[in-house]
Amino acid sequence: MSEKKTLTFAIMDPPFESARSTTFFRLLEIAAGRGFNLNVFAYEGGVHLSFAKQKAHGNGVHGTNVETEHHPLPKIWVSEIMTKAQESGGSVNWVNCGLCADERGIDEVVEGVRRGSPADFWKLAQASDNSLVIATR
Amino acid sequence: MSRYLLISSRDPFECGDTRNFYRMAIGLKTSGGDVTLFLVQNGVFPARIGAENWRLREAIGAGVRVLADEFSLRERAVDGALLADGIKRASLELIVDEMAAGTKTIWH
Repeated sequence: MSEKKTLTFAIMDPPFESARSTTFFRLLEIAAGRGFNLNVFAYEGGVHLSFAKQKAHGNGVHGTNVETEHHPLPKIWVSEIMTKAQESGGSVNWVNCGLCADERGIDEVVEGVRRGSPADFWKLAQASDNSLVIATR
Repeated sequence: MSRYLLISSRDPFECGDTRNFYRMAIGLKTSGGDVTLFLVQNGVFPARIGAENWRLREAIGAGVRVLADEFSLRERAVDGALLADGIKRASLELIVDEMAAGTKTIWH
């Protein structure tokens, strides 16, 4: 598909808790590779996805240290998807709900993530070719 | 004709409302829509041969196209031989492409 599209996604799940966040990242990664312009509105627990203070760790049960555990960190995926989108001629406009971030102490996020409100989600969706709300039960 | 992509991420045994989501797919189809039901995550469990899935069978019978995410199937050891009739494996790329094409996309 050669025509550049703009897609908006809303996510409410924090990392490490639900397959929804994994599927969300899979969708984003595919869309970034298409060179689309992507909007993300991270709401409620979703603001943790870009939290810059996430830390990898070893696992004593697995017998691994921090290097061999290869612990996945969503903040890295956020940055990598932004890079992939740029390299493919697209972009990622990632908005964290500001109130949700404050409630949860998310005071430091990876580069490229900004604060906003649900009103931003409405505006982003209005300006997009399509939107998907990945709803939490 | 309106195009709909319904993404079903929940096992009907985990969430009874999933069957209502299937019913919505049937309703949109019988109203003249072009409807795809895309199973993902635990939503692929009813795609397995032998699973209790009469509502899903009803959707297939009504003409709803039913696809199952190949990654989710692999994670749950449901290989091609275990996939019920009328359900095809698909890549998540289809969702992105359908969204780009303007298909109304709903997550459950």
